[in-house]
Amino acid sequence: MARFIVRRVIAMVAVLFAISVVTFAIFNVIPNSDPAVRLAGHNQTTGQLDAIRQQWGFDKPLYVQYARTMQKIFTGDVVSYANQVNVVDEIKHDLPATLSLAIGAALLWMGVAVAIGLYTAMRAGRFADRFLTVLALIGISMPVFWVGALMNYYLGFKWKIFPNGGYVPLTQNPLDWAYHLILPWTALSLLFIGVYSRVLRSNVLDTINDDYVRTARAKGLSERQVMLRHVLRNSLIPIVTLWGLDFAAVIGGGAILTETVFDLQGVGQYAAESVGQLDIPPVLTIVMFGAFFVVALNTVVDILYAALDPRIRLA
Amino acid sequence: MTTDPVLTVRDLAVSFATDDGVVQAVDNVSFDVSAGEVLAIVGESGSGKSVTAMTLLGLTRSPNARFAGTAHYGATELVNASEEELRRIRGAEIAMVFQDAMAALNPVQRIGRQIAEQIQAHEDVSDAEARDRAVALLERVGIPRARERIDAYPHEFSGGMRQRVMIALALSCDPRILIADEPTTALDVTIQAQILERFRELREQTNAALILVTHDLGVVADIADRVAVMYAGRIVEHGTLDEIFYDPRHPYTWGLLGSIARIDKPRPPRLPTIPGLPPSLADRPQGCHLRPRCPHEFAECAKVPPLEARGTRAGHADRCWLSPEQKVALREVLPGEIGLRAKEHAAATEAPA
Repeated sequence: MARFIVRRVIAMVAVLFAISVVTFAIFNVIPNSDPAVRLAGHNQTTGQLDAIRQQWGFDKPLYVQYARTMQKIFTGDVVSYANQVNVVDEIKHDLPATLSLAIGAALLWMGVAVAIGLYTAMRAGRFADRFLTVLALIGISMPVFWVGALMNYYLGFKWKIFPNGGYVPLTQNPLDWAYHLILPWTALSLLFIGVYSRVLRSNVLDTINDDYVRTARAKGLSERQVMLRHVLRNSLIPIVTLWGLDFAAVIGGGAILTETVFDLQGVGQYAAESVGQLDIPPVLTIVMFGAFFVVALNTVVDILYAALDPRIRLA
Repeated sequence: MTTDPVLTVRDLAVSFATDDGVVQAVDNVSFDVSAGEVLAIVGESGSGKSVTAMTLLGLTRSPNARFAGTAHYGATELVNASEEELRRIRGAEIAMVFQDAMAALNPVQRIGRQIAEQIQAHEDVSDAEARDRAVALLERVGIPRARERIDAYPHEFSGGMRQRVMIALALSCDPRILIADEPTTALDVTIQAQILERFRELREQTNAALILVTHDLGVVADIADRVAVMYAGRIVEHGTLDEIFYDPRHPYTWGLLGSIARIDKPRPPRLPTIPGLPPSLADRPQGCHLRPRCPHEFAECAKVPPLEARGTRAGHADRCWLSPEQKVALREVLPGEIGLRAKEHAAATEAPA
């Protein structure tokens, strides 16, 4: 176990380093991405630009710039080029909205997908299965920006059943918090429900023909016990991996579209705005932040995996 | 048989609708089993022996399956019983030992839990009590240090130990009938002998009936009281162990017996085999199913021979139209040796077209 964790930490450092270098490099080769121009504002002169370059260190070689930026990210001093706001403070401010979205949606899509996956597998080939399969495919095919916009327009703006976007902190008003998040949770979950329920359905159909399921029946267990204790337990193991990674991606700013469509002011929306302004510090910080979550949750998933399936050993 | 049978199967038929047509897996199968008796159901792969065994517990039920006939266990008729009636019987009254214990045990559940689960499905006992009983069961089937190993997972056990766990599982509620589907097939010979020894002990201790499904005639000779030989879904011969081994009446049984490698005879250059292949169950020959492979086929064979006693003993039945005298004469391929003569028939089928 100790060896496993040490190896994972080393791997994590390597992954974060590689990702940060690539991201930094990309933003330096994008045309018209000179941060000095952005900092100088309108009507800048060459003299001003040179002064800014010197002040911010843009005249230094790229690897020095990279090292300095990374240092600032890890000490929490990193500042946006677009508006000179501290990026870490901004992410801290945006994180509750993103966490609320991610946790709620992850529970929603997992719960619904398990129910649909199990139900369609047990009704495989019949009408209910075909019908829900079509629905799942529709769910997979509908882009979030479109579904989200439709939901917002009809349910929020036109019929006023739900608030038209925005985020209310949980600490301020829990009911209002949930009320504002119902549409984003649903929009974000649709795709995942489609994917997860299909994967689970096929896992269940594979598992249901396993010999130990027949044994479970021969033992005199009820159909419910057979399905939940033996079939579902074994079918869920592969899904857990998917779940951990998708959840991490959403926390790390992956729900860019959902957050933007519903104006949640989360990390993803911040990332989207920063990319639009070619603002390297926030983009780099959010990418590192997201990558950290993905790698960390990947490790958690592997530990969980070993707990769920005793045949797997961590090494 | 003086005792009343605990299980009476009559005219059992099982068919499955598949893409290739209707597969008649079991056809007109009838047998009885009494307490303390070992009935061996013998046949090749695909002869319908496992389907017969699993149908008794409703484990072959599916939307594609069709059933006919009856199987009476006490007052309950198993073929048409409701799922809830069957659930009460499964594991408690009639228990099953499956072939491949590695696959038949849940890989992610502890051994003790898997046994306790079965006990708790039928009896209202606490977790601690169920666990104690699981330990006792494991000790009974010869697992050393059972109390420590009860929390192991199946992959941490050896093949023989896993099969013992399967037996412990089957015994957990003191069933009156034990169905063992190829219980020793996946094991090496020494372990196989140990497992058979367990079955013998259990039969003496519990007086349960044992239905042993196998293709291994060595196992049959070791433990069975009576034998039913199945071919292409039908029982083709049925009798006591001695009747089947020393006075076989059906050509298929001759073929099976003739194909055993024997330690007490000089080794032939090639072991004799039955010519041809078993028929597809979706397209079985008319009349006697062995007809295309049988060197003794004659006009009568186009009709289905009923399973009935054709000799002097009432319990010894077979499905072959040959007269008892013909059978005694034809089954001897060499003086004193039983087998299915391939002769011209084999030559004809093996000749290139």
